[in-house]
Amino acid sequence: MNEKILTIENLTVSFDGFKALNNLNFSLDTGELRVIIGPNGAGKTTFLDIITGKTKPTEGKVFFKGRNLRPYSEHQIAQMGVGRKFQTPRVYLNLTPRENLELACNRNKGVFSTLFVKTPPAERRTVSGLLETIGLPHKADMKANLLSHGEKQWLEIGMLVAQAPDLLLVDEPVAGLTDEETERTGELLLSLAESHSVIVIEHDMEFVRQIAQGQVTVLHQGSVLCEGNFDDVQSDPRVIEVYLGQEIDHDEDASLENIGGLLEPVNAEMN
Amino acid sequence: MFASILDGIFNGLSIGSILLLAALGLAIVFGLMGVINMAHGELMMLGAYTTVVVQNAFKGIGGPLFELYIFFALIAAFLVAALVGLALERGVIRYLYGRPLETLLATWGVSLILQQFVRSVSWVMVFGLILFSLLFFGGQWLLKRRADFESVQKWIVAALLPLSIGISLAASTFLGQTYKLAVTKPWFGAQNQDVTAPSWLRGGIPIGNFQLPSTRLFIMILTIGCVVGVYWFLNCTKWGLRIRAVTQNRNMSACLGIPTRKVDAITFAIGSGLAGVAGCGLSLLGSVGPNTGQNYIVNTFMVVVVGGVGKLIGTVVGAMAIGIADYVIGTGILGNLTNNPALKEVFAFFATTSMAKVMVFALIILFLQFRPAGLFPQKGRTVDA
Amino acid sequence: MTVQAAGGRQGVDWLRRRSLLMEVGIVALVALFLMFIVPLLLSGFRLNLMGRFLALAIAALGIDLIWGFTGLLSLGHGVFFALGGYALAMHMKLQIPATASSQLPEFMDLYGVTELPWFWRPFDSFPFAAIALMLIPGLMAGLLGYLVFRSRIRGVYFSILTQAMTIIFFNFFNGQQKLINGTNGLTGFKTILGATVSDAGTQRSIYLATILLLVAAYAVCRWLTSGRFGRLLMALRDDESRARFTGYNPTGFKVLVFAVSGALAGLAGAMFTLQSGIISPKAMDIAFSIEMVIWVAVGGRATLVGAVLGALVVNFGKSLLSEKFPDFWLFFLGGLFLGVVMFLPDGIVGLIRTQGVEWFRNLTGRSKQLSTYPSLEEDPEAQYERKNIDDRKSDG
Repeated sequence: MNEKILTIENLTVSFDGFKALNNLNFSLDTGELRVIIGPNGAGKTTFLDIITGKTKPTEGKVFFKGRNLRPYSEHQIAQMGVGRKFQTPRVYLNLTPRENLELACNRNKGVFSTLFVKTPPAERRTVSGLLETIGLPHKADMKANLLSHGEKQWLEIGMLVAQAPDLLLVDEPVAGLTDEETERTGELLLSLAESHSVIVIEHDMEFVRQIAQGQVTVLHQGSVLCEGNFDDVQSDPRVIEVYLGQEIDHDEDASLENIGGLLEPVNAEMN
Repeated sequence: MFASILDGIFNGLSIGSILLLAALGLAIVFGLMGVINMAHGELMMLGAYTTVVVQNAFKGIGGPLFELYIFFALIAAFLVAALVGLALERGVIRYLYGRPLETLLATWGVSLILQQFVRSVSWVMVFGLILFSLLFFGGQWLLKRRADFESVQKWIVAALLPLSIGISLAASTFLGQTYKLAVTKPWFGAQNQDVTAPSWLRGGIPIGNFQLPSTRLFIMILTIGCVVGVYWFLNCTKWGLRIRAVTQNRNMSACLGIPTRKVDAITFAIGSGLAGVAGCGLSLLGSVGPNTGQNYIVNTFMVVVVGGVGKLIGTVVGAMAIGIADYVIGTGILGNLTNNPALKEVFAFFATTSMAKVMVFALIILFLQFRPAGLFPQKGRTVDA
Repeated sequence: MTVQAAGGRQGVDWLRRRSLLMEVGIVALVALFLMFIVPLLLSGFRLNLMGRFLALAIAALGIDLIWGFTGLLSLGHGVFFALGGYALAMHMKLQIPATASSQLPEFMDLYGVTELPWFWRPFDSFPFAAIALMLIPGLMAGLLGYLVFRSRIRGVYFSILTQAMTIIFFNFFNGQQKLINGTNGLTGFKTILGATVSDAGTQRSIYLATILLLVAAYAVCRWLTSGRFGRLLMALRDDESRARFTGYNPTGFKVLVFAVSGALAGLAGAMFTLQSGIISPKAMDIAFSIEMVIWVAVGGRATLVGAVLGALVVNFGKSLLSEKFPDFWLFFLGGLFLGVVMFLPDGIVGLIRTQGVEWFRNLTGRSKQLSTYPSLEEDPEAQYERKNIDDRKSDG
């Protein structure tokens, strides 16, 4: 049994009485890649907000590498080794990809070391290597606002890696990407999963099938509906009910694959 | 002891209601639309000047009707300020939505122009402005019929602008030289104007051992009326619903067929109109000058910051809290409540109107350490905040 | 590929070094021109104005540092400006000849103060005053910045709070007659470092010193805004929470930059006071602080040259126009605010950069310059997107 990198106990988050997360329990092994799915409003983004310290739990505890995260703020949690990729690509548009990566790569993020210490050669090499990995060496020195949507997505993933976190949180990495880009992103995530623990939040069922080697967690109304491997989850009647909003006869050929198609317009709108 | 606390609360509420009246329009414009209108104070000033004009007009009529001029002034002030606000929104702010800091700078420019405008407005100037508008906008309107208007618009503007400026300048200068002071004399000039309250608003109502001036009571009632009116408008009318919808999700509202542009304009006009009403009320308290608005702008912004954005109740509570704190600290009542001589000295040091502001600001900063989003913040999942 | 990349890297480094050398050369040339040629061209009165405006340019650099680069619009720099001015003014007020009947600044005699207040005493020493005129505003800015940034107050809220701060300080200084001469401010300076302040020679040295300090301020800002630190400032401006999730704590960076910016404003205030001969609470007027912002906006924000240029252009324009049309000056100023925001968002420098270069190239018959991606520059779709991104770019 692996050591748990992330444990969440009885987590409840409420905004003015509305419970975005309700008595949620969750744990992640070190080195595991976990996909979290769930309909809109299931609390997926709030879940990430809690882990990264953006929102504080109303009740319950979050442990990262055995440490309770409550007293720490976002940047401290990030320094402890949690990296987060946002739903829409968030890179610094007025900096070049190289500069973006250098900022993320910076090991000592204090004010004065950033001011006085020059970027060490080792970090420069890491950055050059990462530029190769995310396929942007030829665009390394132009402003990031000239990159395409997919390139920005990769750049952000690259920044995440440059940060050298132990746990990667990835929020809908393929929203708005072409099929080819989606597949390459999947490969990228899989290769990252070899050396990191990863949580991916995703709507696109085709993509989930590609990357979900282990367990998939389904969130619904702020708590875990079920957990299991992709095929089990896909055929779980409760999951189907949640997605389609009604009981469906199991003999019919209704499965999440069809639902993935249903969800796509929603995805497009959200971006 | 008890009497002094009561006195503090009453006077504080009175100051608070003035603040609230001034901040109400701002709470709509800033709180709901997120627009920083630095010219808000100047819109109040315009309302106050409108009151002066209406008062002078009624003086001419005289008699019992004069006693009621204040009600006409309220309506006129609302209309004038709302129209100017509408022009401001159409002409400037519309182009700057989503860029709050630029809006701040642009509206500051507008506030400077308005200040100078009331100082130097005269018949000649009004004539020149009207002539300019006729030439410039009328010319564009005429030329709009040309099929290729879009492509030559730049050139038309480039030709029309100096032409209309030149013609109207020349015409005004000519007028000024022919009729001399009769038309060039500023209407108000730089000196302050005085508003005399109607006789039924002079004097006061004794409460306990102090007297509550009628004008203050009038302002309190006016404030309550405005708050109730705004609440009713936002919550019980079709346009109020639209305004709230646009505030929460502009794109979605547009998709649902709500004319967001129109909603923006109406919201802004109402916020400005309320500033005019506030100006009218404030003109009863002291004389009116070009800088009248400047004295209120920072205080009103503080009210909105303390109250939190987007909820009317926040503005009400914020205004009252600041008003009471201002009065209680400013009069040194606090000093009487403590026996500690060092503390007494501190309170005595801050016991002037201007030093009380210093203390209140410090308290606000302290308050924001605990409640950065104000008294009544909006909660929820915010992806990009 | 890696080798190639490394080669490219070295090339970039070399290019950077060369452009840095060029920059140093240009700055030195401009400084020398200001120091030795300009005094021959301008009358004494105009030269004094030039000196004052160069002092204001130091403050403009400070504004640019926080607004242009870090995206924090401060409407309270007049306070730091005044604090610097008061620090030096207090020192000068204490330069009382030993033979004088009273060893107190004359306004204190007027208000019946018999003993020098405690906080005046250290200002007797010039080194203390020289340090204090930057340190006090810097610390003040740092403290306020810490309290504000710590609770994550940003954007317009920050602007409003800084503006409230100006009113507060104005009230405070205005009300303290006995301590710092209230409304009238400190004036009537006699000597500094033994030299008579009003002397033409002294004023000339002050003028030269102002230029040197401006160059030094430029160098400091240049150092802060280039390199990793500068890039992080821009990162904070563009997407603060992203930086937070990358592991940076924005508070420290912002506090430092705000403090440096305040210190620069203090320095500017001191140099301005030396040349204008008075510092009063009027410097903490709301209007003055906002005017500082418009200098930077006119020149072009996020460019240091723009800040300096804007301060000089606007102030010379102001002195000319307010001499000619004293009644209408506010119309011009208001129009300037409106015009710059609506039609010239990148200021003069931005205009020169985008339009000027192209215009010059057209003039000299060369074609439009294409950067790395010819196809990108010509692709209408890419151009459209780029324009949209530029339009959307907000600084809030």
